[in-house]
Amino acid sequence: MKFVDEFRDAAAVRMVIDSIRALTTRPWTIMEVCGGQTHTIVRYGLDELLPDQISLVHGPGCPVCVTPIEMIDAAIALARRREVALCSFGDMLRVPGSSGDLFDAQAAGAEVRIVYSPLDALELARRLTGREVVFLAVGFETTAPTTAMAVHQAATLKIPNFSIISAHVRVPPAIAAILASPHNRVQSFLAAGHVCTIMGVEEYRPIVEKFRVPIVVTGFEPVDLVQGVAMCVRQLEEGRAELENQYARSVRSEGNLAAKKLIEEVFVPVDRRWRGLDTLPNSGLALRERYAAFDALRRFGLAPSSAPERTECRAGEVLRGLLKPPECPAFGKSCTPEHPLGAPMVSSEGACAAYLRSGRFAASPQSK
Amino acid sequence: MCLGVPGRIVQIADENGIRMGEVDFGGITRRACLAYVPEAGVGDYVVIHAGFGISKVDARAARRTLELIEELEPNKERS
Amino acid sequence: MTDKLPSAGSCPIDAPRDEVVVLGHGSGGRLTAELVNRVFLPALSNPILDRLEDAAGIALGGTRIVFSTDAFVVKPLRFPGGDIGSLAVNGTINDLAVMGGQPVGLSAAFILEEGFAIEDLRDFTRSMRAAADRAGVAIVAADTKVVDHGKADGLYIATSGIGIVSDELCLGPEQIKPGDALLVSGPVGDHGIAVMSAREGFEFQTALVSDSAPLNGLVSSMLASGGSIRCMRDPTRGGLATILNELARSGGAEIVVEDARVPVRDAVRAACEILGLDPFYVACEGTMVAIVADEDEGRVLGAMREHPLGAQACRIGTVTATGKPRVLLHTAFGTTRYLEQLSGSQLPRIC
Repeated sequence: MKFVDEFRDAAAVRMVIDSIRALTTRPWTIMEVCGGQTHTIVRYGLDELLPDQISLVHGPGCPVCVTPIEMIDAAIALARRREVALCSFGDMLRVPGSSGDLFDAQAAGAEVRIVYSPLDALELARRLTGREVVFLAVGFETTAPTTAMAVHQAATLKIPNFSIISAHVRVPPAIAAILASPHNRVQSFLAAGHVCTIMGVEEYRPIVEKFRVPIVVTGFEPVDLVQGVAMCVRQLEEGRAELENQYARSVRSEGNLAAKKLIEEVFVPVDRRWRGLDTLPNSGLALRERYAAFDALRRFGLAPSSAPERTECRAGEVLRGLLKPPECPAFGKSCTPEHPLGAPMVSSEGACAAYLRSGRFAASPQSK
Repeated sequence: MCLGVPGRIVQIADENGIRMGEVDFGGITRRACLAYVPEAGVGDYVVIHAGFGISKVDARAARRTLELIEELEPNKERS
Repeated sequence: MTDKLPSAGSCPIDAPRDEVVVLGHGSGGRLTAELVNRVFLPALSNPILDRLEDAAGIALGGTRIVFSTDAFVVKPLRFPGGDIGSLAVNGTINDLAVMGGQPVGLSAAFILEEGFAIEDLRDFTRSMRAAADRAGVAIVAADTKVVDHGKADGLYIATSGIGIVSDELCLGPEQIKPGDALLVSGPVGDHGIAVMSAREGFEFQTALVSDSAPLNGLVSSMLASGGSIRCMRDPTRGGLATILNELARSGGAEIVVEDARVPVRDAVRAACEILGLDPFYVACEGTMVAIVADEDEGRVLGAMREHPLGAQACRIGTVTATGKPRVLLHTAFGTTRYLEQLSGSQLPRIC
């Protein structure tokens, strides 16, 4: 696949790794905030290639994992209503709410459908005129414009039976919150390349300047990730703190103006509680008043109340890069993908599931 | 975030006032909304996320990214 | 690693997950294994079933037979490269074939939904006949039941089959030895993606077709090559990774797979990229793996490549040890990681 295969080239990765080894003189902690990047790192074992002094940690970059538990509970409650067909991205279906997940709701008779795009949910609403189609809209700023288009179309075409639960979240407040924490160990960030494709890079400049940390906008293929790390390490070793763009083939400094315009038209930033973290100001997106008719919680009269998490789940520390999943006492014992205590054990990009599924092993004596 | 894959636009058409297209990923083609990539035309590569084009792939920037790596090779003369 | 239930007091649940069947129980992954271990084995346990092989080996006086059963609930009923009928025939033939059984007869049970079109039923049964003829087998027994409108998704088919195993054959995961070669007959993931392309919600266009095919001819060629074949399996739901994990467990083996060597068609790779799926977990239906003695790799591969269903056969890995069962993936970057069993079905992702 063009523009994919070249960025998976093993020789290129090796060259970049060699340059990182040559550069590194001290320990550094770098965080990536993107489930897609976590996935690539774990899939190919890229962190094993880095020198031991480089600690690559996974932040709250999996929107599936940070979706507030009360929104999942709301989605389940709506799915259970006879008139509702609940549409969702696949990876949300196994995230535990307060009592079960969407798969459990489906097993009990609820109509839950996996969609690939919000437009598919809208299309379903057009076809199923007798039913209420509710779309669980999760994702960072990358996905927000796709939901915005679906809502905008629903308004334009006056589709009466379509609504959304808006669970979108924004990345910059999460990075700022991690850096502002007194326990923070993170010294540099890889910013999510597709979030920045939409939003541009300028939102990260104030963070770079306030906290004096290098931030490198990075892509998702092995070459991209190691190159992003190399650019962070170079800055750290040289004592610089700048905003750089590794993913220039997709990210323009100003981002995608048409997408930003529609996000602005449809959504407004609100404070939001991230699962496992605190309430972060202006970190969520809610529908503007003029699109309130498409807000599923309003339409069905649901007021989401905050729901308690299971106390043994230490997702919060994991998401802040303070605890590596294998250090959690429940890891692999009372918390497994089949019986997860919290969200990061469910999604394949969640840090806990990633570590469990593809974790380190000790090679047996006979293996080459 | 998030899953985005580059594909080549093979057809563009208007649907309900929205710019839609067929995108070829190499053996698979799928419909996508191209409203956010008005600068991309047939033959161009776009990054597709959740059924939407989110950027036109800058081939020159892609090449430059790879060239930077080749320049790391110690035997090569640094420019 | 034991899966312990979280303490009941901390989380009230309406219908606890472990008390009802969920779709994941049918995926072929860990949840399926849990169901087998918690319900089926305790109730039905016997030395033959407990081996949990693709087909049961039974000695009848001087003859060894293998006996297998499988149920088919595929949606949609028609997909590029086949339909529920051909799938049902090939599926059971393949379970017999990988156990070394020459199929001698199949049975088929049809569960039909009231209102199902007779013309469609005709199509699917003709398709079964064509598939059976291709494999040189007859469907010798059948049954039909009809259920109320709204059940059975149109049509479900269950097939069973008997095959005869020649005396000299000694196949089984206990034969696996360190150093053995892992071979695959062709590209993986075709069936899963072909079915998905026809399914509502993921519509994409492709020339890709399911790999559904009867493997008994290919297996005969392989056995005739004289190479020392330890055991064979055909990956179905859950794909290559799932079957390798089963094999590792049954054989107590450590298997290392070379990521870059596993053949995957461009269209399957592309579909997996856009949906966020891993081809190693996508279903196959006419592809098989074999573990053979290292020194016989060339001989067996040669025989496979002569057969139309084995044209792209290749070596994809090695058994590196026996003792602790696990499946490892050696990547193109020189790193190694576990290729784990999934808990339920693989889900398309957005991240």
